[in-house]
Formats: sequence, structure tokens, C-alpha cells
Amino acid sequence: MRVRVDMTQCQTHAQCVFAAPEAFALNDDDELVYDATPGDALRPVIEQAARACPVQAIFLDGA
Amino acid sequence: MRRIAIAGAGLAGLTAAQELRRLGHDGELVMVGAEPHRPYRRPPLSKEYLLGRGDLTLHGADEIGATWLLGHPAIGLDLSARSLRRGRLPPVAFDGLVIATGVRASRLPGAGKLPGMVTLRGLNDANALRAALTTNPRVVVAGAGFIGSEIAATLRGLNLPVTLVEREHVPLRRPLGERIGAIVAELHRAHGVDLRLGRRIVAVSGTRKVEQVRLDDGTVLPADLLVVALGAEPQVDWLHGSGLRLDAGVVVNRAGLAAPSVAAAGDVARWPSPLLDGRLISVQHYSNAVDQGAHAARALLGVADTFDPVPSFWCHLYGHRLQSIGFTGADYRLHLTASEPDGRFLAEYHRNGHVVGAVTAGFVRHLPRYRQLIAKEDA
Repeated sequence: MRVRVDMTQCQTHAQCVFAAPEAFALNDDDELVYDATPGDALRPVIEQAARACPVQAIFLDGA
Repeated sequence: MRRIAIAGAGLAGLTAAQELRRLGHDGELVMVGAEPHRPYRRPPLSKEYLLGRGDLTLHGADEIGATWLLGHPAIGLDLSARSLRRGRLPPVAFDGLVIATGVRASRLPGAGKLPGMVTLRGLNDANALRAALTTNPRVVVAGAGFIGSEIAATLRGLNLPVTLVEREHVPLRRPLGERIGAIVAELHRAHGVDLRLGRRIVAVSGTRKVEQVRLDDGTVLPADLLVVALGAEPQVDWLHGSGLRLDAGVVVNRAGLAAPSVAAAGDVARWPSPLLDGRLISVQHYSNAVDQGAHAARALLGVADTFDPVPSFWCHLYGHRLQSIGFTGADYRLHLTASEPDGRFLAEYHRNGHVVGAVTAGFVRHLPRYRQLIAKEDA
């Protein structure tokens, strides 16, 4: 699956990191880093991460 | 289950509907909402939306294939007939129900209903508040909790004169504790808020609209606008006599059910927290509406495990952002583990010698580690 985060929207509320730490993390400057092509097995937690994003900046599968 | 009704068309209700579809529910979904709007994002309402910015779009409402019954809440629940009453409107029969009716803003007791007095909960409230700001009002905010503090900060951004009245001797004492409350108090003062701590409003007066607000020490504050931000009450009036257990919300069991095939989620729900030894809690934050909305869907379909979330919130104040993980507040012992001259800090909350939560401004990267730690201590 493909994941895209609109980094112009991201405010690092970190909700995606809590929901799917396998694919999202924060670096030492509190900036979001993520895996743009995680395995399909992670789909449920990544969908939950997208729903949990308070600025709705996470898009799946080319959306 | 053929037809699942969702009472409450907010974030928790929408998330429940999305999770039901994801898990293969192909029957009817009926969304019953008190507000005329489809689900939208509430967090901006006390922040950038008041400044005329901020997109409230919540993705997904168009994709769940629901019937939307908006603008009229359910006013009663008949558990034996499996039906929601809606007054003169046709009732909604269901096989499964998610209760996600949220909370409403508390009012100032005995203050009457003078124009110029507002609360903030929904989009219509925010629009009314936004309209009231265009006349350059002198503002009094009652309550320095999350909403009151954010509103005060946002209005200072508009350079409006703001007096913030709080009953406790620091803002946010109950949710964050004394020490963090003192930090927030300093932030307010540094940005020109007239902070009145340990005070409460005893009278609101004016001939045709709010003109004066009187405090319990006799102080009279001239005001054009009074924003009442004194917390919120669960929307459960419609469930009295239904047979559901109500206790400052709709009580659900560990599996997320209030009755067979009836789940509850979001601000209105109360559940026994395994992380807090079974204490009944509710968590009125964005993160919980998402977590528990999804859990309610699994509960209805009989595939839920125990609901044991590690909640999280954030609060925007003057360009700073407070963010938390786990359980925070005056009930727990606070350990300040980092405090920088520029205002950044990190603090832990301990209960019976274990970390149950953390709050930070500027050290968000440490919160995921706390989340793991808190979840693990539970296991």
C-alpha cells in the first residue's frame, strides 16, 4: 500500500505515531517521518492512523 | 445485523460507521444527528476557525453509504422494541445501536440568557462567537479549562481585551495538576490576559445585553461578550428510563456494550479502565472518539477485545502546544523531568509508583516511548 502525508498540513500531533508506530515516527526535531510503502498487513492500523489525524493529512493509496 | 443506527453524527459516530463498513457490515447504516451538519472537526472551533481560517472537513462521511437523519436528535430509546424515538418524526428501528451523542456545554448557573453570553461546543456556536468578535468586544471568559484557555489565547491573537475567570487557583488544575497549571497561568499573563484566579462569576447584568459581570469578591468587570467555558455535560437526558446504566455518561462494560447490541463511544461513554484498576472513566478528547468509535463497531459485531486505550490530547496556547499521553491530572504525582528557559518542558504523572501519563510542550518525540511504557505496565 502507499501512504502520503501532506507535510504542509502536519502539525505533529503524533496521533499517527500512537496508532501505527510501525509506520510513523518523530525524529529528534519533533518532525514526522514515515514509511511511504508499508506492507499490506499494516492497513488496519494505518487506516486508524489516518482517522486519528486531527488535521486529516494522511492519504492512502494515491488519494 | 441488518440495520445499525448511530445516535450522534460526530467523530465517534463516523468512526464507528467507518469501522463497521471495514469489518464487512453491508446492511443499513442510519446516522441520527442533532446538528444539521455532517460530521466535522471540532478542534479548530476554539482556535483558527475563530480567526476566519481552518478547514473543518472530516474525510469519509460520503463513503460510508449511510442514511443521514440530521437536524433532530433521538429523544428516546425503547430497548425492547429496538427503536429510537424522534418526537413527531418517524422512529428508527435498529438491530444494533451505537450511542455517540457527546456532550453539551455547561451553562453558568443562574445567569439567565442575555444576548452577549455564549458557549462553544458546535459549529453554530462557533459561528455566533465569530460574528460577535467583529464588534471589538471586551471579553470575559468564564473557566480556564482547555476550551476557555484556548479561546482566551485565540482572542488575544486578535488583540481583544480578555479577562479569564477561573474558580481554581491555577488554570487546568484538575486535568494537568498544580505545577503545569502554574505554567499555563504565566503564559496567559505574558500574553496580556487579565487572569482572575480563585474567583467565580456571581451575576451577569445589562439592560438588553451583557454589560457587566460581577465576581464573588465584588469586582465588577465591564464586558460586551461573556464566553462560558465551564465544562460539559454528557447528552444522556434522552436515555433516562431506558434501562441503560447512566453515571455521568452511558456506562459500558469492558467489551464496549451498554446492553446487548447497544454500544457507546466518545465523550458520552463511561467505562471501567483496566489501566486504572477498573475505575469508571470517560475521556473527552479527539483521540478517544476515534479509538472508542472503532471499538464500538467491533463490540456490536462481537469481535471486540477489552477497551484499554492510552488517551492523548493537545491544547494550543500562544504558539505553544501542550500534548499529553496517558492519564494526567491532579490525582497523580507529577515529576517534572525537563524544563527549558524557552518554555519547553516534559512532565510525568505517577500513580502508585508507576508512570500513567506524560505531558509536554516541545518534547513530543518522547511521548511514543511513554505510550509504550504505559501500555506495558498494564499488561
